Amino acid sequence: MFPVLFGLGIWMLSGLAALFARRSPRTATACGVGGAVAGSIVALVPVLGVLAGGHVEPLRWPWAVPCGEFHIALDALSAWFLLPILILSAAAAVYGGEYLWPYRERKSLGPPWFFYNVLVASMALVVLVRNGVLFLVAWEVMALSSFFLVTFEDEKESVREAGWTYLVATHLGTAFLLAMFVLMGREAGSLDFDAFGAAAFAPALANLLFVLAVVGFGTKAGFMPLHVWLPEAHPAAPSHVSAIMSGVMIKTGIYGLIRTLMILGTPPLWWGWLLIGIGLTSGIVGVLFALAQRDLKRTLAYSSVENIGIIALGLGLGTLGASMHSGALTALGFGGALLHVLNHALFKGLLFLGAGAVAHGTGSRDMDRLGGLLKRMPLAGAAFLVGAAAISGLPPFNGFVSEFLIYFGAFKGAVSLPASGAVPMLAVIAGLALIGGLAAACFTRAFGMVFLGEPRSDEARHAHEPGLAMRLPMWILAGGCVLVGMGAPLVWGVVTRAFGVAEEYRALAAEPLSWIVIGSALFLALVGALVVLRRELLSGRVVGQSATWGCGYARPTARIQYTATSFSQPITSQFESLLGTCASVTPPDGYFPRHSAVASETLDACAEKIYRPAFTLLDRALSRLRWLQHGTVQLYVLYIALTLLALLVWKLG
Amino acid sequence: MTMQPATLIPPLLALALAPLLLGVINRTKAVFAGRRGQPLLQTYFDIWKLLHRGAVYSRTTTWVFRAGPVVGLACALVATALVPLGGVAAPLWFPGDLFLLVYLLAVMRFFTVLAALDTGSSFEGMGASREVWFSALAEPALLLALVAVARPTGSVSLSQILAGLTADQWVHAGIGFALVVGALIIVLLAENARIPVDDPNTHLELTMIHEVMVLDHSGPDFAFILYGAALKLWVLGAVLVGVMLPVHTGSAWLDMLVALAGMLGLAVIVGIVESSMARLRLLRVPQLLVSASALAVLALILAMR
Repeated sequence: MFPVLFGLGIWMLSGLAALFARRSPRTATACGVGGAVAGSIVALVPVLGVLAGGHVEPLRWPWAVPCGEFHIALDALSAWFLLPILILSAAAAVYGGEYLWPYRERKSLGPPWFFYNVLVASMALVVLVRNGVLFLVAWEVMALSSFFLVTFEDEKESVREAGWTYLVATHLGTAFLLAMFVLMGREAGSLDFDAFGAAAFAPALANLLFVLAVVGFGTKAGFMPLHVWLPEAHPAAPSHVSAIMSGVMIKTGIYGLIRTLMILGTPPLWWGWLLIGIGLTSGIVGVLFALAQRDLKRTLAYSSVENIGIIALGLGLGTLGASMHSGALTALGFGGALLHVLNHALFKGLLFLGAGAVAHGTGSRDMDRLGGLLKRMPLAGAAFLVGAAAISGLPPFNGFVSEFLIYFGAFKGAVSLPASGAVPMLAVIAGLALIGGLAAACFTRAFGMVFLGEPRSDEARHAHEPGLAMRLPMWILAGGCVLVGMGAPLVWGVVTRAFGVAEEYRALAAEPLSWIVIGSALFLALVGALVVLRRELLSGRVVGQSATWGCGYARPTARIQYTATSFSQPITSQFESLLGTCASVTPPDGYFPRHSAVASETLDACAEKIYRPAFTLLDRALSRLRWLQHGTVQLYVLYIALTLLALLVWKLG
Repeated sequence: MTMQPATLIPPLLALALAPLLLGVINRTKAVFAGRRGQPLLQTYFDIWKLLHRGAVYSRTTTWVFRAGPVVGLACALVATALVPLGGVAAPLWFPGDLFLLVYLLAVMRFFTVLAALDTGSSFEGMGASREVWFSALAEPALLLALVAVARPTGSVSLSQILAGLTADQWVHAGIGFALVVGALIIVLLAENARIPVDDPNTHLELTMIHEVMVLDHSGPDFAFILYGAALKLWVLGAVLVGVMLPVHTGSAWLDMLVALAGMLGLAVIVGIVESSMARLRLLRVPQLLVSASALAVLALILAMR
């Protein structure tokens, strides 16, 4: 356990050092980046040890807070979630060093590095702690430090608003968690997770606890319709922060949900149904909203909602398996979900870093104004392509492996279970297929519109490749995508061994995964052979250059091209009532039209239709209490004294 | 699972005969139109000719454009190794192999679409945009139809599913099978850019889907694309024929002959469909594809009774 504590210490101290060195951007960056990387490497040692089957003694230190105890432990689940946290945080820190550098004239770099390292430490702590009070403290530190990172560019109004939305959403979620821990603690007699695990919860209470966990943790994870903060906060944050928020921070919500499921024991059937329903909604609606966005980072943020949906499908499958006592379904469902947690961290981290490189190189994130960047930033572009293929679930990359496990489990269930059990399996298969197809549409669009074709604006024409510190982390993550894809049986072995999956269920997926690797290797070999064949065929022949075919029109301009908006228009128009895209059109008018314009925007339907009216109503109701608020500190102290007095009377009386 | 030499027969037949299917389709259409039509082997001649040509590339394009045909053909080649034919298992068969098949076709599509977008042509962008939307709808239909076929057999591998089907099941659960076949035919037509979804012979770029995405490819690249498309038609056709004609006569030779006759018959059916109906309006295509999923769901309801 001491390497982990040591890592935590490095993060905190280097963060503080960065804060104190805020006068010198160079020192602050060095402290921030160096600390984040060093802490991650130190903490990686015990994590790998546990995943290899080792054991780490839990740590218990007394803590003066009521019901609190500094109790941390590193079991397989914690280690599995720590793995992407460590990898991605280190990679994103290196990237952030270069990404934040241009801001040094306008802003102090000390605070962002302080909050970055605190965020990393708090995320690690969240998956380590085994005490309710300590968990909530770590959870809150994680929320606040990420809030300060989101609002890094607080001179922009949109950023301030995004930060505000995030702050409100995360605290509403925490309120549900507080209620959950209080109820658990009342039943178990302690706020220690071990006590929770030993307690037997009555079915009605377990149901209530499960719903509280789904809402509380789901807000952080981004389950639809609790996702509204995600498409606001992730684009607003600096790109390396978006990468760790989208890649690993929202996964702490998934961690919490899995931990709660472990505590609550055998689940009833409807929990699985609920999770599958959430997964389908988040997955399908999430990817549709991703397709409707023009801002590259907003597209990626909605795609995170989609991927959380895929994880929820896996969890739902596993939960159904647990309630039906089907070891195969449990192993494949939870296994697929856990693997997707790692995979999504790798490719979404990579894609956010890529989006940052685009913003860095062009100053724009509007896909309708980009294009042709692959020629201007070939290395970053190629890495982005790997991420785009991986997130679309294509072999030989990692996304296919986790989706395959979920598909495979659902298919096994669909052909063998009686009708009542087979129906959710069919929903998973059909839903996952639709999500996969739409995700491919979304990422051919993202890559094609940003990196291919002709530049659609001057910013794109003058784009430049990022430096090595920004490219290297992207390539490491891209390598991870390939590695997990081609080493799927090994990774599956690690997952199943770490979670003690029985040998027969391990073998169930191990065999197909090895065949998939063989198929992928065959595919790669054929690609290589065809490349050579093509080169041989073309050598010595006439290879000409010309303009793109335009029905004989020889002077095409970049404006002729399809745009991101037009590419997805057939899909978005089909779902118009759901997406609520508002467009304003100024059509060409008269015989010699001068000006015409089309503008469209897709705001979040849940935020606009549910939360905005609700909060307006709340605001109106609470404004009646305005008279209480004077701004005079003495009066507030009086309120506190009166409240304490009232409580004392209530307690004594 | 050791690989048996016999399992190499289905992919070898695919490699050799796939371009013939396009010839049969074209001959059928010619007969319906009262023409003599091109030679049955025309696709082979085309591929041979293209392999001996140079190439012209748009100045807009990058290596992604050149990678499109290569990756596409590699995917189609691996896909032929996943599909059984005439009772002979595929060389690559394992539980869940159908997902690898479906996703290899997705890789092929992904890179074809990117190669199209790389040209910066509005026509190719248009084709790409239609392709991704229609295939997103075709994928659930294909997988649901395969579950419906797999359910009576209880298997999770394409080779075992098709081996487990018997003519008996057509007698007992004929309606369900007919629904599945209907769904699979729609998927086959859509995925291979045939009428009523797409018209391979149209002369107007604006109305195309698949053909317009490969407008700028030439020479060996285009030969790869033609061959890849023929293989894709063969692969999906072999799945469909496996469901339509689950005959086990006891003689391996006879089974294989029946399957090959089925493949040619399927090409004739596609030719008849193309001769006898017009292409749907593009706005109607999603409805057709959703109806394919609906057919598959109905078949599943019948299978789960």
